[in-house]
Amino acid sequence: MPLLEVDSLTTVYHARRGEVKAVDDVSLSLSKGEILGVVGESGSGKSTLGLSLIRQIPPPGTVVSGRILISGKSILKLSEREMLALKGRKIAFIFQDPMTSLNPVKNVEAHFVELLRTHEHGISEHDAIGRAKEMLRILGISPERIRDYPHQFSGGMRQRIMIGLGVALNPDLVIADEPTTALDVIVQAKTLDLLKKLRDAYGMALILITHDLSIALERSDRIAVMYAGQVVELANSNDIQNNPNHPYTQGLMRSIPNIELTDQRLQAIPGTPPDLLNLPVGCRFNPRCPYAMVHCHKATPLVQIGENHWVRCFLYGG
Amino acid sequence: MNPIIETHGLTKYFPVQRSFLERILSRRTDYVKAVDDIDFGIAKGEIFTLAGESGCGKTTTGKLILRLIEPTAGKILFEGTDVTALDAEGLRRLRRKMQMVFQDPYASLNPRMRVGDAVGHPLQVHELASEAERKDRVLSMLTKVGLTPPEQFANLFPHQLSGGQRQRVALARSVILEPELIVADEPVSMIDVSLRATIIDLMLDLRRELGLTYLFITHDLAVAKYISDRVGLMYLGKLVELTDKSEFFSDPAHPYAQALLSAVPVPSTERKRKPVELKGEVPSAINIPTGCRFHTRCLYATKKCTQVVPPLFERKTGHWTACHYEVDFQENRVLHEIDYGKKP
Repeated sequence: MPLLEVDSLTTVYHARRGEVKAVDDVSLSLSKGEILGVVGESGSGKSTLGLSLIRQIPPPGTVVSGRILISGKSILKLSEREMLALKGRKIAFIFQDPMTSLNPVKNVEAHFVELLRTHEHGISEHDAIGRAKEMLRILGISPERIRDYPHQFSGGMRQRIMIGLGVALNPDLVIADEPTTALDVIVQAKTLDLLKKLRDAYGMALILITHDLSIALERSDRIAVMYAGQVVELANSNDIQNNPNHPYTQGLMRSIPNIELTDQRLQAIPGTPPDLLNLPVGCRFNPRCPYAMVHCHKATPLVQIGENHWVRCFLYGG
Repeated sequence: MNPIIETHGLTKYFPVQRSFLERILSRRTDYVKAVDDIDFGIAKGEIFTLAGESGCGKTTTGKLILRLIEPTAGKILFEGTDVTALDAEGLRRLRRKMQMVFQDPYASLNPRMRVGDAVGHPLQVHELASEAERKDRVLSMLTKVGLTPPEQFANLFPHQLSGGQRQRVALARSVILEPELIVADEPVSMIDVSLRATIIDLMLDLRRELGLTYLFITHDLAVAKYISDRVGLMYLGKLVELTDKSEFFSDPAHPYAQALLSAVPVPSTERKRKPVELKGEVPSAINIPTGCRFHTRCLYATKKCTQVVPPLFERKTGHWTACHYEVDFQENRVLHEIDYGKKP
């Protein structure tokens, strides 16, 4: 049984000018210990997908249909209380900006102690502090700084502390939404290394949401490429790199500068991403697609073209 | 090289804001040394990139060059004229020749000004064209930046445009005066990946058609590699490496450049470059380390590095590096100390 199963998930924001389907009919699954990269540009629905998985979509958004199963249990049916317990123990969420998720008037020790004592009944304060110090060591932060406050740490350290709080309860699934976007490249690389190290040590599955296809390719086992609310391609990272099938994925691969190449010619994807309130009929990518045909004005199904490879495009049948 | 712009000892210190209590308790004023004694030149028609991480001083340098802020010390020569010595009128005339493009096209355009008016505004400010002439030039400029049909785009407001289109408007506005130098500060970092290449290619087209020179400021080394002719890398207010693009990316000599290049993500599941481990993070620009500013994080730092500031020294023709040592990065060891008396 997969750890996470998402089946035809649709999340909608009710705006004044109409309904925005931020996540539209998304299905995917994740095994224990796997890293799934979710890649998309702004407005692709990648963050809303992540927030849907922890039932924390900001209003006026709601999940309108579909199922989310964690270890076979449907989380959309859980009560608020049960959901809260699950969020601590089974799923953790790491946000882009650690400063908004850390409490500025609490020191690091207080953050860890509160978290551990809320979720692990009977743990003494002394043991909680011990666990917190151990975690700081893993994060590469001196345990002597446990009494320091968030503002006393650098941006990279704060993000590592957030990650440490996320994995402290040994969750099965960590969802990280642009965890390194606010960081400089050297610190970014270090932070992504840390996530991988923690995955290897604790065996948790990781959903890495990023706008940067390079990061997803370097760091994930599988990748879901999102466009205008839909998953347009889902495949092993190797296949996304060497055998991208969706014209959008192909376009993305051609538009990213690669520092290892010389005399690269970049090719942008013509046009602009669609207005979510006014989506093209049929395939959402068809106005920008070099292969668009009459067919593409019908709704495109997700077609399986390989063992682990799915594409939402009429070029491959359907 | 026939430089269009040159800096000599360019320096900018910002005084640190302090509370009243702190001021009466101590007489010392702290400074953020945003840019500290940097020298470089940009040849006519060249795309020179200033690269570096946040807080390294690259944006401050760009603003100093346009004299949007006043330098603490140093000189800026534009075609031989000292920009820092110009009066208001001289500066106004110079501004026609140097324009800036900002990072955020959502913030750099007046939301209540139609696209056509925004693009034509510089002509109006500098009283360079009659109204009819202005309209023609605006339309032809909009066509040039790919906003067609131009009559339609001229009537739109910024909120009706996408980020990429807004950046095109910003570019049109900055080149309508036919300037010689464009300072572009992270012009593509807020643009979606699939559209970035169109903006970069547009900048390259404009250079070819209008004979522009660019100072391109970016934190993204992959973009720098794509667009630049030469690259200068900054760390905590200092230039640490300055050379041709191909040299910079194939044979960086500064340990910081080496580490930075190794950390840039690549669109590939297999990393060819060996990642370089660096200690810690960038120190605060208020408490700058003594000697070489990078020594607190450098794997090869010696006692000398903690005491003596390394000069930006030309090791090979056209390749300048601010490090006391020649390092073999494959073998992870210092080869020898640099002899500053020896010219390439």
